[in-house]
Amino acid sequence: MKKRTWGGGLLAVVSATLLAAGCGSAGNTSGGASGGGGTGLGPPPQADHAVPASVGKGEGKLNLIAWEGYAQPQWVRPFEKATGCQVSAKYGGSSSEMVSLMADGGGGQYDMVSASGDADLRLIYGGDVKPVNISLIEPWKDFHPFLKSPPFNTIGAKHYGVSLQFGPNVLLYSKKTFASKPQSWSVLYDQAHAGKITVPNNPIQIADAALFLSKVRPSLGITDPYELTQPQFDAAVTLLERQHPMVKKYWDLASQEISLFESGTTVVGAAWPYQTNTLIAAGSQVADTIPREGATGWADTWMLATKAPHPNCAYKWMQWITTPRVQAQQAVYFGETPANKLACPIMDQLQKGACAAYHANASESYYNTIKFWKTPLAQCGNGKNNCVPFQQWVSAWTRITG
Amino acid sequence: MGVRLDADHRVKGGRSVTSTMPREGRPAPDRPSPGMAGRGSARISAALWRRTWLRATLTLSPPLAWFLVIYLASLLVMLVTAFWSVNPFTNALEHTWTLANFRELFTGTYLSIIGRTIAMAAIVTVTDAVLAFPVAYYMARIATQRGRQLLFTAVLLPLWASYIARVYAWIVILQKDGTLSWFFDKIGVGPVNIGYSNVAMWLVFSYIWLPFMIAPIYAALERIPDSLLEASGDLGARNWRTVRSVLLPLALPGFAAGSIFTFSLTLGDFITPLLVGGANSNFIGNVIYANIGTANNLPFAAALAIVPIVIMICYLLGARAAGAFRSM
Repeated sequence: MKKRTWGGGLLAVVSATLLAAGCGSAGNTSGGASGGGGTGLGPPPQADHAVPASVGKGEGKLNLIAWEGYAQPQWVRPFEKATGCQVSAKYGGSSSEMVSLMADGGGGQYDMVSASGDADLRLIYGGDVKPVNISLIEPWKDFHPFLKSPPFNTIGAKHYGVSLQFGPNVLLYSKKTFASKPQSWSVLYDQAHAGKITVPNNPIQIADAALFLSKVRPSLGITDPYELTQPQFDAAVTLLERQHPMVKKYWDLASQEISLFESGTTVVGAAWPYQTNTLIAAGSQVADTIPREGATGWADTWMLATKAPHPNCAYKWMQWITTPRVQAQQAVYFGETPANKLACPIMDQLQKGACAAYHANASESYYNTIKFWKTPLAQCGNGKNNCVPFQQWVSAWTRITG
Repeated sequence: MGVRLDADHRVKGGRSVTSTMPREGRPAPDRPSPGMAGRGSARISAALWRRTWLRATLTLSPPLAWFLVIYLASLLVMLVTAFWSVNPFTNALEHTWTLANFRELFTGTYLSIIGRTIAMAAIVTVTDAVLAFPVAYYMARIATQRGRQLLFTAVLLPLWASYIARVYAWIVILQKDGTLSWFFDKIGVGPVNIGYSNVAMWLVFSYIWLPFMIAPIYAALERIPDSLLEASGDLGARNWRTVRSVLLPLALPGFAAGSIFTFSLTLGDFITPLLVGGANSNFIGNVIYANIGTANNLPFAAALAIVPIVIMICYLLGARAAGAFRSM
């Protein structure tokens, strides 16, 4: 008797679920809001915002939204002492979280955000950040030319912040499996390594596939891996769907990838230099490389909130964070490349060989191999509106990894 | 003390009842009257004493208000959000009503993720039920007092360590060249590599939620009178028959209650898939997480979050039919 009730209960569960499913799909016949489009890109909302001609007296406070590790006491304490601006930093977990926190120009609460390239345009065109007077930031003249006015934070000759640091996404491989350095990203799509591949669990990974395709299938006409028309996007997604059965694990945390390589579970994958350095320091037989197709990468910018309540302290912070010494400290601490050329010798003082290890002395050609993250928008650089926007990247990524 | 207070209360209550009388036109009784303050509180307690509904309202309204404002209101906000959309460019919420999020839910990708999550929750629940019954039976009906205490401690001991630490321990066990592989290699089976797969998830989930299944089954089994089992034996039933026809049906509410825990906990988890899952291990929770964290698409995340709620409502209705709440 009871058993029957229980069975009936389960049956009810199943049928109710199916019913709900049926109702849901039947009820959804109206037109959709999915898909991109929207207005064409005019000048950013804050483009005409007046910039200060000089930096005034500090307001005594500075509120930052930062990546973890970007507001370390080593360089924050001396700043506070020198300027009297007390720093409070809130860590943002992802680019999107940063964009959300910066909504309404920082809401009159936050002064600055250390945004990555994939958040920059969203912040600029959302009107959440405003132009800065770059001539007030003295060390800027010593920046690598490439990072002085990069397209991800400079629009129409207006600087929406000051470049900070950058790093490439590299091909990490086990020396036990690869006798010689792999020359192409194709090893990530190679059946020979099925079950031993790991890639980041991040929709922006579609750009890595697009970058690879831009070289191996020139007929697709991909010029920018972040500006993909529907056919180009579909080709990248198809490539990643073919890769899916070969992937052992999509990693979410750098530490996951480190343990995947330490245990030998995976032998090749997409990584950051940080993982390589950590693994080598722990004695693993691994190395990384930027294959001939080039690499994607990330470049961070300190951006100024439209409603920043402490603009003078913010300018003082930009002046401080770009000095060679602080640039070197952060580069060595975080394992990335500083924007300021003069940081190189100081990096070597802090840690032997750090300048070369993090490419701070690298030539222009090194930068040119990196395609820096930026927000995929419906508006392509060529003035057309036929590119696939980021939200569709996210749902496609769920489809690929689902 | 309690009793005395109670009596005092009643006396006060009674006195205040009389003291309200004059309002109704009767003469006040000739008694030394208490001070104003005492009189006021006496009047309140009298009012409360007479009106049980008022007492209940006052006692229950703070928790009820909490429940309504904090719990139901947030659910309501989520439900409403699910019908909005976000601007694909600036990520700003757009407050126009749309069913697009729900339509998207019923496409192949999400259906398969929902299906995988439900299937895993069901398999873990069955596994835990099978594992928990013998343990609970031994604890409830065979073990000595001391043995029972020891077993209880052993069952609950893992709950003292953090969830994350226990999941990481399983990564060490299951990964390539991990403890499990080493063990199988030693006994001659050869190395196994089941780390980062759905099998790994199944093992970890079953391990983590097992105490939540053992406890309710134990409680149900302990409540069965010995006389019923003896009667079953007297009527000629052998052991298996007694288990099947007497023990299991009477323990069913325990199974149902335990399964609510194991099922709902698995259904809502996203950390275990993230840490020990493989390339085909996305759960509903992981997609919600991705839509909030990476895509900042709150409306779709909200629509997706309604799915486990609907599943659990159905499940609870089923469990109620099975008698899970009868003993509560």
